[in-house]
Amino acid sequence: MSNKTYSIPIGPVHPSLKEPMTFHFEIYGERIEKVHLAPGDNHRGIEFMGRQRNPIQIIYLAERICGICSASHPFAFCQAVENAMGIEVPEKAQYIRAIIAELERIHSHILWAGVAAHELGFDSVLFLSWRAREEVLDLLEYLTGNRINYGIFMIGGVRRDITSEQITRIKKTLDYYKEIYGKLEDIFLNDPTIALRTKKVGILSKEEAIQLSAVGPTARASGLNKDVRQDQPYAAYADLEVQAITPEVYSGKVNGDVYDRIVVRLLEIVQSIQIIEQCLANLPEGEIVAEEKLVKLLNLIKKAQGEGIGRHEAPRGEVIHYVKLNQSELPEVWKARAPTYNNLMPWIPMLIGQQIADIPIVLASIDPCIACMDRVTILDRKSGQKNILTKDDLHKLSVEKTRRMAQ
Amino acid sequence: MMEVSLLEIIGRIIGAIIIAFIGIVVGLFYKGLDRKLAAKMQARLGPPLRQPFLDFFKLMIKENIVPENAVPWIFNGVPVLTLVSALTILFYLPVGSIPPLLSGYGDVILIIYLLTLPAIGMVIGGFASGSPYANVGAQREMVMMMSYELPLVTTVISIGWKLSQVYPQINVFSLEVINNHPIWGLVGPLGFVGAIFLLLTLAVVTPGELSKIPFDVPEAETELAGGLLVEYSGRNLALFSLADATKTIVMASLTIVLFFPYNISPLFHLSGFLAIALDTLFFLVKLFLVIFIEVTFIRVAVARFKIDQVSFAYWVPISLMGLLGLVLIFLDHII
Repeated sequence: MSNKTYSIPIGPVHPSLKEPMTFHFEIYGERIEKVHLAPGDNHRGIEFMGRQRNPIQIIYLAERICGICSASHPFAFCQAVENAMGIEVPEKAQYIRAIIAELERIHSHILWAGVAAHELGFDSVLFLSWRAREEVLDLLEYLTGNRINYGIFMIGGVRRDITSEQITRIKKTLDYYKEIYGKLEDIFLNDPTIALRTKKVGILSKEEAIQLSAVGPTARASGLNKDVRQDQPYAAYADLEVQAITPEVYSGKVNGDVYDRIVVRLLEIVQSIQIIEQCLANLPEGEIVAEEKLVKLLNLIKKAQGEGIGRHEAPRGEVIHYVKLNQSELPEVWKARAPTYNNLMPWIPMLIGQQIADIPIVLASIDPCIACMDRVTILDRKSGQKNILTKDDLHKLSVEKTRRMAQ
Repeated sequence: MMEVSLLEIIGRIIGAIIIAFIGIVVGLFYKGLDRKLAAKMQARLGPPLRQPFLDFFKLMIKENIVPENAVPWIFNGVPVLTLVSALTILFYLPVGSIPPLLSGYGDVILIIYLLTLPAIGMVIGGFASGSPYANVGAQREMVMMMSYELPLVTTVISIGWKLSQVYPQINVFSLEVINNHPIWGLVGPLGFVGAIFLLLTLAVVTPGELSKIPFDVPEAETELAGGLLVEYSGRNLALFSLADATKTIVMASLTIVLFFPYNISPLFHLSGFLAIALDTLFFLVKLFLVIFIEVTFIRVAVARFKIDQVSFAYWVPISLMGLLGLVLIFLDHII
């Protein structure tokens, strides 16, 4: 491009970012020509901390990877450990897990809707939607004891039962959301100023979504029929036949723009309500955890050997946890891959050619969770600077590590 | 030019100081009202009414940082220029039945020039602060200015033209004259519709002139982190907040003078001090209503536009609406 471009840094601290991350934009006039992403500002070494704790303790650490995904990460982690140890989760626990995960999806999507409105300068909608979110947080507190970090997941099941009197309370919340959903849809999908700012903005084509392996609502808004709950059903989802939601359900066609991402997320709120209702209608009786005694469970973990993978469709997309147990109290490897990691690269085709004014809403449109995503940062000890590693560097490092391990 | 005595000059200076003080206090008070009402409409509590005063005093004791690559004398001069030009307009505005302080020394054309001064000042300040955000903000402010000037001028000219046709002898652009001859009484049904179009045009230009949502692109909090004002802090930012409060009063008063100059005192057959007091009170109520509709209500009801959308909106639909108003008033006159 011509030499008339100038650069604008966004981040690590900027009003449009809710978490620290750095972007460098090359701008021509108001048009974005180039984008450089520089994550790594929010690395907290959680995986390292996890390797010094036993898997039961890791559940609570996984919960705190991110405040919004605090059901998704322990969900995936517990599945990974169960997968590695071959534990069968009781049916009722699987349903309760699904209910909590869907309640989290409702709360996460409404939270996102508010953030998106704020990025558009529409603060009234931010306040209204966040007020609507309070109801599901109250319900989660009622069910689990906490508004955010639920602490309900356990390896082999869940820690708290859902009783019949709690079901009436859940139904009350679902009725509340059914009642206000029309209002939410009207605000987001029919407001002319929101349409003006989100239609034909931040377009991600289906091909790009496939190539860059986008996940979650970001991928679905581009017309990619992709949802772990549909493709590899787990927990209670196997009984429910979840269908991935793509924007053509609403408008008949797929544009892959920010507006479509709003559509997908709003429809997923409805879907979550339906899933919870089905779960409640078919809620089985029985145990809620495979092994109640934690000491015994820990002894089983100490004897276990093997690898396990847990996948869950988090509100932002597919989250994967990988665990390797090696007859020890501490896991040998714990790896968490959050959906935002996959959705980073799709930012680039979305942003190029857009205006500066589109940056906040396009960045927000994938619902980034930087805290989930930042799993590694590489520092030069001498200068304290962040480095970028190329493929060759990584290859060299892995060869060195293999040699070290072989010694 | 009339003879001016020394006493009169001193009187005017004292008057100017008093008006500037009252203007700022009223402006900050209305800013507090605006914030409180916006909060109520957004279902939250909102700050206390005196919050803008507290903000001002706090900013005054804060450190005044000048960025390393800024041009200090421009950077520090611009806030003063902005505030002074906003305050100067106050001296030309009639309040209720009180004639303007500098009546006879300037007219509505001067006010339009003075209104662009703060914007130009902020553009210069933005470029002088040497920050990329402020640079983008300054570019946007320039585009905005070029966009909303035409509809604004159309509104003023239409009313002036109509007045000049009805009263050929007097200075039709003097605000005092406009204030004494409401447009609604001079036009027929066609012109009445035209005047409504002009009123709407001015109502849309006002949030643009004041950089309020949906036209706050030069400051765009989530995009440019404050844009033009990003590098300003302490005393300089305090002066900008005063200028903003004053400008809000000025723009709302302009709407009142051009379209709602009616006084309440003739209704009660009052005269003297009581009439002035009542009219001033009525003026403040009108001011509140205009600010509420043109600033607060629009601000909470829509999302921010992009700069090309703002530019398009002002150049095409709003300008057309203004011109349509002008044409209707013209047709009304010749028919």
